[in-house]
This record gives sequence, structure tokens and C-alpha cells, in this order.
Amino acid sequence: MTLFGRLTWGAIPFHDPIPLITSMVMLLAIAAIAVWVWRKGWWPYLWNEYIMSTDHKRIGIMYIVLGLLMLVRGFADAIMMRAQQSLAIGASQGYLPPEHYNQIFSAHGTIMIFFVAMPLVIGFMNFVVPLQLGVRDVAFPTMNNVSFWLTASGALLINLSLFIGEFARTGWLAFPPLSETEFSPGVGVDYYLVALQISGVGTVLTAVNFVTTILKIRAPGMSYLRMPVFCWTSLAANLLILAAFPVLTVSLALLMLDRYLGFHFFTNDGGGNSMLYMNLIWVWGHPEVYILILPAFGIYSEVAATFSGKPLFGYRSMVFATLAICIISFCVWLHHFFTMGAGADVNAVFGIASMIIGIPTGVKIYNWLFTMYGGRVRFNVPMYYLIGFMLTFVIGGLTGVLLAIPPVDFVVHNTLFLVAHFHQVIIGGVVFAIMAGYTYWFPKAFGFTLDERLGKAVFWCWFIGFHLAFMPLYVLGFWGGTRRLQHISDPTWAPWLHVAFLGAAIIGLGIVLTVVQLLYSIRTRDQRRDVTGDPWDGRTLEWLTLSPPPHYNFAVLPDVHGEEAYWTRKQTAIKQDQLIAEPDYQPIEMPVNTPTGVIVAFFASLCGFAIIWHIWWLAILGLIGAFAIFVWYAWRDDHEHIIPVDEVRANARERRRIRMEHLHTLSQST
Amino acid sequence: MNATVGHDDRLRARLGRHATRCYLAVAAFLLASCNRGILDPIGPVAAQEKQLLINSTAIMLAIIIPTMVATIGVAWWYRRGNAKATYRPDWEYSGAIEMVVWGIPVLTIMLLGGIAWIGSHNLEPSKPLPSDKPPLNVEVVSLDWKWLFIYPDQGIATVNQLVVPAGTPVSYRLTSATVWNVFWVPQMGTMIYTMPRMTTRLNLQADRQGSFNGLSGHFSGDGFPGMQFQVQSLPPDQFAMWAQGSRGNGPALDGRSYAQLSKPSSYVKPMTYGAVAPGLFEAIVANRVPPNPVPPPQHNRPVNGSKP
Repeated sequence: MTLFGRLTWGAIPFHDPIPLITSMVMLLAIAAIAVWVWRKGWWPYLWNEYIMSTDHKRIGIMYIVLGLLMLVRGFADAIMMRAQQSLAIGASQGYLPPEHYNQIFSAHGTIMIFFVAMPLVIGFMNFVVPLQLGVRDVAFPTMNNVSFWLTASGALLINLSLFIGEFARTGWLAFPPLSETEFSPGVGVDYYLVALQISGVGTVLTAVNFVTTILKIRAPGMSYLRMPVFCWTSLAANLLILAAFPVLTVSLALLMLDRYLGFHFFTNDGGGNSMLYMNLIWVWGHPEVYILILPAFGIYSEVAATFSGKPLFGYRSMVFATLAICIISFCVWLHHFFTMGAGADVNAVFGIASMIIGIPTGVKIYNWLFTMYGGRVRFNVPMYYLIGFMLTFVIGGLTGVLLAIPPVDFVVHNTLFLVAHFHQVIIGGVVFAIMAGYTYWFPKAFGFTLDERLGKAVFWCWFIGFHLAFMPLYVLGFWGGTRRLQHISDPTWAPWLHVAFLGAAIIGLGIVLTVVQLLYSIRTRDQRRDVTGDPWDGRTLEWLTLSPPPHYNFAVLPDVHGEEAYWTRKQTAIKQDQLIAEPDYQPIEMPVNTPTGVIVAFFASLCGFAIIWHIWWLAILGLIGAFAIFVWYAWRDDHEHIIPVDEVRANARERRRIRMEHLHTLSQST
Repeated sequence: MNATVGHDDRLRARLGRHATRCYLAVAAFLLASCNRGILDPIGPVAAQEKQLLINSTAIMLAIIIPTMVATIGVAWWYRRGNAKATYRPDWEYSGAIEMVVWGIPVLTIMLLGGIAWIGSHNLEPSKPLPSDKPPLNVEVVSLDWKWLFIYPDQGIATVNQLVVPAGTPVSYRLTSATVWNVFWVPQMGTMIYTMPRMTTRLNLQADRQGSFNGLSGHFSGDGFPGMQFQVQSLPPDQFAMWAQGSRGNGPALDGRSYAQLSKPSSYVKPMTYGAVAPGLFEAIVANRVPPNPVPPPQHNRPVNGSKP
């Protein structure tokens, strides 16, 4: 069997009904969708316009679809855990044995952070940032496509672990020595390591791309202090990725050396020290949460200004606060292990540094509040999420500061209190922002709005479901409830755990309603067309162009005056009752689409799978394949295709006609 | 010692009756909910930590509640339909407000930062507790998946049962013979990591007598949920009697019995060793074969791929 390394038929869970049935259902669903798309004759369109696309908008949409699909997977894990903890109390052992339950919570954390939150946040950056900067694409369009497919490759491997072998049973950060071969001899940790290494490459490439784009490619007149706040927070997040993800790569690589080549970085013997891993992983891990929350803050800033009909209050303060968070987030990692016994001085310094992050964050809350002050607030769905977020997040901030006080952390560290805290800031902060952004930018991406009534129902499901699911965990944390328990000894926890399960079920209903909302909105799209390109009376440049925007975004790059590029332009046009003089249109060069990304990811997945199962010939083959594609791409002849000037002019004139009508409507309504 | 990790279908059937009993007592739990775990301290460390928790929460709530009310109030007052609200479409900056919105969090964090600094130093786990009594020494070892408590001065050891004299400070030295764990008795306060090849120090005191729960607070593998222990806080004279009575009574903890003990098992019943090989704790920390050489402890965890 050496031809297939450690891979045998025993790796398929024939005797384990839960993973087997889940795998079958997933495979059938994928097959059914593939057949349906094929019968509809959509494969060529999908292949040419999405899979091979170098268009930042299409790539952004693919990231968001990936993130939403993985959300369903991650949620399935969550509801299974909640069900297990609701059942396995006292005398009962529940329905999941420890070796299965431990895989589920490890997969839940890994998937939710790396394959839900990250793709969704990066998806919004992809879709929005070039539009807001008033440019046609990111700096490296093909690399952008490669980044996406490498992320997808990581997601594929994680899901593959469900039906070939097993996933890690170590928690989402795979702390050694538990994750060392001595204690975890199976392939679970290897799936974790390899999947994160491959998707990590994609994430770093994304950061290179966006830092370059934001620093070097902006519309004429778009100086740094005229950039929308979402661009600023994206810049900060990508700088954090550039600085933090290499640390993750190194920590995981050292653990791989331990596991594959018998090194002793973190082992109990041979001079290894597992504290080193704890430090390294959190040097990445803490900035990681700001990588997620900063773009979320950016989304809230856009939503607050647009739906209050007012510029963002304290723009410069907001930018400064963002950069302050960006820098301080690298000085706080030790607060994840105050209970290691580092000593009073060390603990106090890191505790206070962690609290200091609360200052710029608090300022942001007040700035959103004062953005609404004096406004004309429209309660559309994104605004619900903004207010829901502000109410939820301040409590999450409170529990966060409590965790940052070392002597308080000594009694709540690693408990369900902690679990409730980080879900409060991640659901209340990141997920609410994602849902707000999804509703806000959906019409820009697809040319029609989402149903408001169903959107509000989804909001209430998330809002109520979240509080029911996690407030009980604060209580159980106070009772000495620790996290990751497959079995609960104390029967008095039962009512709280049952409420938590109910909360998770309500969130599940919200996810179902999201799908219903999407299908219903597609069905009724003709009544909800966004013909103006500006459905929310927006303020930033993405609302200047059509919905959906043409491949090249803008016929002529907009000339930016003032902080709110599109709002300023719109007001001038309303006042003068005319658009700016028609510019001299030029043919536009756009990058050609390419299969490079998907083929590289195919070989990377093969290589990754082979490394996990010690199939060395296949690993080498995969590596050579991926490299060969890069070489082939480097020697390509066609770099760009040209959009003829007639097409550009025709589109632009149509756009001007629509905008003129739109301005008339606006000037009459004000 | 019972290894009870796994299914027990007979027991699962009892769940229904169990849940009913639970719900009958819901009201009682709600009333009792503020009187448990870290909110019901039994010693000075836990009491101070609870006080810090409450003080810091109160300080922050004083800022947060008005902010939450203002959020709802402002959003509602400035709703589009409200003709009484003044629309200021270009108002985007006010130096005075900026000063206040930076000032409030800065002052709050300065106050809490001071609390954190002082608290960290007062409640540093390795700092001996002030007392006129000499501290009792206890050595703690986390095993797969149970706790070994060695009383070096009494020459005895216990498994999953920590007996302490009430009102007397206890000085713990902790390590792990396997992966990381966290030693924690919620009602006594501070928890701390147990790490292989390293020792941590912790000083706690239980003033109240009685029986309390202890557990591992850091995930350590399949048997983790069963890694609980009982704390018995006895009057000092009863503690002395217990220690004297245990000595020489029951099996001895030497290399051979330690090897036996360190085999993976979970939900282990408390037991006592009447004698302990000297230097056992140091040998465990050094990852040396314990005295009285026997084959080194094996980690017979189930292979990850295999399902029972």
C-alpha cells in the first residue's frame, strides 16, 4: 500500500453513520448542482466569466459565495455541538463520542475563521475597494484569481477530511504537545496544517495585492485623506495580514517539521518547548481578529453615513483610530495566556495594552452615534445591523476589557464566558457587518435589491438568536463552566444549555431565511431593479457607475474633489442641473481571463492531499504541476484585451442619460 | 479507576426523566445563579477577584448604558419621518465632541488600567498569601485524564481528591506529565496552566469548610470532560488527622504504580496513596523515569483514525 502512503480504505468512515451520511448528502448536492448547471448550459458562462475571471468584482462574488457556503458547514458543526451539550448532561453521554465531538469543535473554529469570515471580508474588499477608489481593477488581477482559488483549495481539503480520514481533534489552534505525533498520530492535524498553509498563501497574496492597489492605484485627486473609510480599514487589515500571516505560516511550518521530520520545536522531549507555539500562534492570532473587525468597521462607517444622509462624523478621527488599532493589535498577544504564570509585570503590561485598544474602538462607536445625530436616518436593513451591532458590540467590549484585567482573567480564562465574549464580538461585529454589506452592495453586484421584509426577519433571527445562544454561556462561565466539553457532569446546567440550543436554532432559521430572501428576490427581480446605479442615495464612487458595473467599472476615471467623491459630484450636478462636460472617451485595456488560478489550485490541492497522506510521488507531481503553470503563465503572449472606444462611448452615454434622470428625481425630492 | 469515556445506551434512556427534574428546579437555579462558581468565593483570592470583576463591570456599565440608550434615542429621534428633528446634512465635525469622545474612553481605560496594574501585582499567582500560618505544600500533576496531588511533607498522595486545611494558605507547584491542562477550583479563584517539563506556582486558600468542585480548564484530549476532582476543605485538626490516617494506609505511589496510574483513563474515582517515592514530582518535571525504575509511562491514546 506504499503507493498510496497512509491512505487505505479504512480512512472512509463506512462504519460511522454521521460523517458517512453527511458526506453522501454533500456529494449528492454537489453532483445535483453540477448536473443542473450543465443541463441549463451554464458551464461555459461559469467557466469564462467566473472561474477564469480576473475581474475583481467577479472574484469578490466568488469569495462571498465560498464564505456563505462554508457558513452553512460551520453552522452545521455549531448546531451539532449545541445539540450534544444539550443532551450529554449528567448520566447521558449524548450522541457524539469524544473523538467525533472534538473534531467538530476544531472544524467549527477553523472553518468559521479561515473559510467563512476571511473569504467574506476579503470578498467585500475585492468587490468594493477598486470601485470606491475609482479605478478599474486591483494591481495584480491574475494573482487575485490565484489567491481565491488557493483559499478554495484549503476549504476543499478541510471538507475532504469529513469523508477521507478525520479532522484535527485539538481545537482550532492545534496547540502542541496535544497536536504532536505522540498525542495525535492520525491525519487530522495534518489536514489542518496543510489546508491552512495553502489558503494562507492565498491570503498573503491578497494582502500584497490590496496594499499595492490602495497605495498606488487611485483615481486622480483621490488623496489618502479622501479615501472612503472602508478603503482605509481595508488597507489597515491588509497591512496586518502582511505582517501577521507569515508568523502563522512559520508556526505551522515548525509544527509540520515536528510531525513529518521528527524535529523537536514543541515536543515534550528533545528540548522542545510548547510555550513557544502558544506565543507564535497568538502573535498571528490576535491581529487576525482585527483583520476581520477593521473591514467590518469600514462597512459600518459606509452604512452609517449613507443611511443617515450625512458625512461620517470625525473622518480623520476614524482614520487615526483605525491605524492606532492596527499598530496596537501587535502588542497584546499575551492576554490569551495570562494564566501561564508569566509574572505580574508582564501580565499587567499586556493587560493595559489590550485595554488601550478599547479607546479607539470606543471613539468609533461615538463617531457612528454622532453620524446619526443631525441626520435623516432611513431604517433599511443595513441600518438595523448597524444599530444591532452598536448595542451588541459595547457589551462584547465590556467583557473583552474584563478578560484583559489579568486577575479577572484568572477566573474566566478559557471558560464559556470567553466563548460568549468572542462570539459576541465576532457575530455582533463581523457577521452583522457582513450581513449589512451583503444587503448594501447586493444591488451594485446584481442590479436588483434584496427583499427588505425578509431581510429584517433575518436580522431579528440573528439578533435574538445570538443573545439566546450566548448569554447563557456567560452565566455558565461564571459557574465555572469550561469550554470544549463533550459531556456535562452538572445537571443544573441543563436549562441554560437548552436555551443556548434554542438560540442556535433561531440563528439557523435566519440562515434559512437568507436563502429564502435570495430566491424570492431573484424571482421578483423585475420589480426591484436598480436602474439608477444609486439605490441608497450613496456617497462613495461605487454608486457613480451602473449596477452591475461594466467590466472596466468607469468609462473615464472620475476626477475626485473633496472627501465624499460621489456625493460632492452629485450635489454639484443637482445644483447646476447638469453633468460635467462629456469627456474624450478612449479605448480601455483590460486584463484577459485566465485558467491559471484554478489549475494552480488543482495541483496545490493534489499536492496538499498527498502530503497529508504521505503519498510522496503525488506531492512532488502536484508541486511540479503548480510550478509549471506559473512558468507557462509567465511566458504568455496575450496580456490584455482592448474594449473599443465605440462600446465605451455607447455605454457611457447611456449611463449619462440615466444619471441625468436620476438627478432630476433627486432634486425634486429634496 | 473506571474508564467510562464512550457511550452508554442504558444511561441515555434516563435523560428524559433527568431533564424533567432539571426543569422543575429552574426557578431555584435562577435564584441560586448568583451564588455559585466564581460568584461564590470561599477564599481570599477568589473574593478579591470577584470584587474586581464587579467593580470593573460597574465602571464600564456607567459608560456603556448611557451610550446604548443614546444610540437608540439618537437613531429614533433622527428617523427620516420625524419633522421635529433638525437635519444638518453637512455637520461632520466638532472639536468639543471629539474631545469628549476621546476623553471618555481614555479616562475609563486609565482607571481600569490602574485597577489592572494593582490587581495583577496583588493577585500574582506565585506570590505567597499573607498569613500567620505556614503554608501547606502540595504538588499537582495533571495526567491523562486525572489529577495527582502529592503532599511532600506528609508523604501521601491523592488522585482526583484535593484535601486542604481550611483557613491555611496552600502553596501549589504544578506540572503536567502529558499535554497542557489548567488547574482550577472556581470557588478558590485563580486558575493556572500545568505544562510538561515546566512548573508553575500558585497560592490559594479556602476559608470555608466543605466540598467543592475542581476541574481542568484547558482541553487535553478525549477524556478531558472527565478530568474533575473534589476539593475537601477540612478544619486544620481534621486535616492533620486525615493526613496521619492516610499515611501508610493504602498502596504506595512508586515507579510501578505511577506507570499504572499514568495510563489514560477518565472519570477516575478519588483514591489515596499511603506513601510516595521521594522526588517523584521532580522526576516527572524532568521527564525522567521515576525512581524504582519501571518501563516509562505509555500514552496509549487510541489512534486517531480508529473509532470504537
